[in-house]
Amino acid sequence: MPAHGFSLRSAAVQAVRQRGGGVRPRRRARHHRRVSQNHGAAGACASETTAWACEQGQWTLRLAPPAAGAAWIEAALPAAAAGSVRIDGGSLREWDAGLAAALWSLRARLQQRGLQVELHGLPPGLGEVLQLAQADAAVRGPAAPRRPGLRGSLHQARLTVAFFGEVLIVLARWLGGHARVRGADVLQQLDQAGPRSAPIVLLCCALVGVMLAYMGGAQLERIGAQGFLAGVVTVGMVRELAGLMTGVILAGRVGAAFAAQLATMQAGEEIDALRVLGVDPVAHLVLPRLLALLLMAPPLLACGALAGIAAGALPAVLVYGVSAPEYLQQSLRALTATHLWIGLCKGLLYAALVALAGCREGLHAGRSAEAVGRATTAAVVKALVWIVAAACATTVAFTAMGF
Amino acid sequence: MQVHGLTVAAGGQLVQQDLDFEVHRGEVLVVVGPSGCGKSTLLRHLVGLEQPAAGRVLLDGQDLHRGAEGPLAALRRRFGVMFQAGALWSSMTLGENLMLPLRLFTTLDGAECERRARFKLALVGLDGGFGLLPAQLSGGMRKRAALARALALDPELLLLDEPGSGLDPLNAARLDELVLHLRQYLGTTVVMVTHEIASVFAVADRALFLDPQERRMTAIGPPQELLAHGPAAVRAFLARADAA
Repeated sequence: MPAHGFSLRSAAVQAVRQRGGGVRPRRRARHHRRVSQNHGAAGACASETTAWACEQGQWTLRLAPPAAGAAWIEAALPAAAAGSVRIDGGSLREWDAGLAAALWSLRARLQQRGLQVELHGLPPGLGEVLQLAQADAAVRGPAAPRRPGLRGSLHQARLTVAFFGEVLIVLARWLGGHARVRGADVLQQLDQAGPRSAPIVLLCCALVGVMLAYMGGAQLERIGAQGFLAGVVTVGMVRELAGLMTGVILAGRVGAAFAAQLATMQAGEEIDALRVLGVDPVAHLVLPRLLALLLMAPPLLACGALAGIAAGALPAVLVYGVSAPEYLQQSLRALTATHLWIGLCKGLLYAALVALAGCREGLHAGRSAEAVGRATTAAVVKALVWIVAAACATTVAFTAMGF
Repeated sequence: MQVHGLTVAAGGQLVQQDLDFEVHRGEVLVVVGPSGCGKSTLLRHLVGLEQPAAGRVLLDGQDLHRGAEGPLAALRRRFGVMFQAGALWSSMTLGENLMLPLRLFTTLDGAECERRARFKLALVGLDGGFGLLPAQLSGGMRKRAALARALALDPELLLLDEPGSGLDPLNAARLDELVLHLRQYLGTTVVMVTHEIASVFAVADRALFLDPQERRMTAIGPPQELLAHGPAAVRAFLARADAA
């Protein structure tokens, strides 16, 4: 019986060596010619092709050299064949991995038909290799995970709700002084979430401010109301767009990082190590990240809104003929406390959703590198969907309430 | 620790069933069997990370899987667990890895936490590694650091998941020796999962064999006794490794 870890390639090489057929590289070409001649000679001697034949009720497939190429696998066995069939390799002198694979495949097909397969006269090593492949085929791993259906989606939704509940409980315990959060952890996350995200938030909000001013100006110009352009840009940026853009950027930059960090910890059993100690992963890992994003959201929002308003002044002044002092005056007049706190609330909500999506996906990730990638993607997608849904819901709700 | 009728499953598939055994105070019990027989899954059940499909795990009569989370967490803190890959918290230095449990679950001040963390690192031969990050360590050092962290809260029961895997024979033997010293000098009870038979003969008072085909415990007893009088499959398993 071949040793464990025996491969088809090594089996073929070993079989050739056992027959004294070890070939040095410089003699390889000559050897190939010799093998070809052998095949040709054997084929000529046998002067037959591989085919099924029935003798006294026993169906036999006689393998004629050269047997590789495996076209004979498709040779149909008559439907009348029953019980056992025989594969006879008595006239074969050589074999290779292609022949072994073809025989293995044929045997599996025949066995699927309920036939017993007897192998006769195979060259040395080939029978053993087929036996080995048979033994390996007997081992079955766990079934591949199925794609989540409705039940799977409901389970995921239940996990998400449970996770939100856990976070709320831990937050309440922390506010009540019953849970500890390491300041160093919060500072580390603040560093990652805040200053490093600021440049891209500023850039994106400025570009959105320019777009808003252009589009708004074009419409207002038609009714000669360019004077209101500053108000449109200011209210739009402060109340809606600065928060939305900040949320989207945080989702792609910070939420993805949260998911990747936690999923990697999950894969490396680091989260299990916390659980074994009785350390709540939500308190230890999620809360610092959530707090960091909630702390960084207001300054990022403020910077983003200012950048958008300032950038909106360029088309207002250069294209639509609004003077700079007038733009500033209109902006300040339009900016009320209501718009400010609504913008702040929305921004904080989006930041929280980004943190929760990242941490939820990271903590519930699988234990492989692939799972880390999946968690990261899912975190970004979920955060974006949640942000847009929340933006829609809050806009409708605040407007309906008269704010 | 008593295990009664424990049935463990992973990914919805039955792994082992009807496991009944006891871990005696101060002994080294080694769980052994071929790869894929469910050794690590069993360990995760023993420490309460997974809910069993059936059966109970009792520590001093208290069920490790049923009850309020608070008391259960306190019960689990009597364990020290060393995971297969070490599972050191990668964003923290070795010192912080060891001090975190001390800070969270003891009333010791910072200086005392640090002193104890340094001592535990010295116990495993890593006294100079206090300020190093896990990524800066070799595989063997990471395993030893993980063992030091498992010892941080002076556990009564140490559970080790394949401590020698991925190590060269010399380092694996050093780790076995370390486990024996800890048992001898600290009186710690040890449950160790391994598929390395050399470790079984080196450290085990008793060995527990898991059969992947039957999905049951095949035998439990002193390794030499099992080698001489155990079931045929166990004898063959031990003898092959013994010969190697």
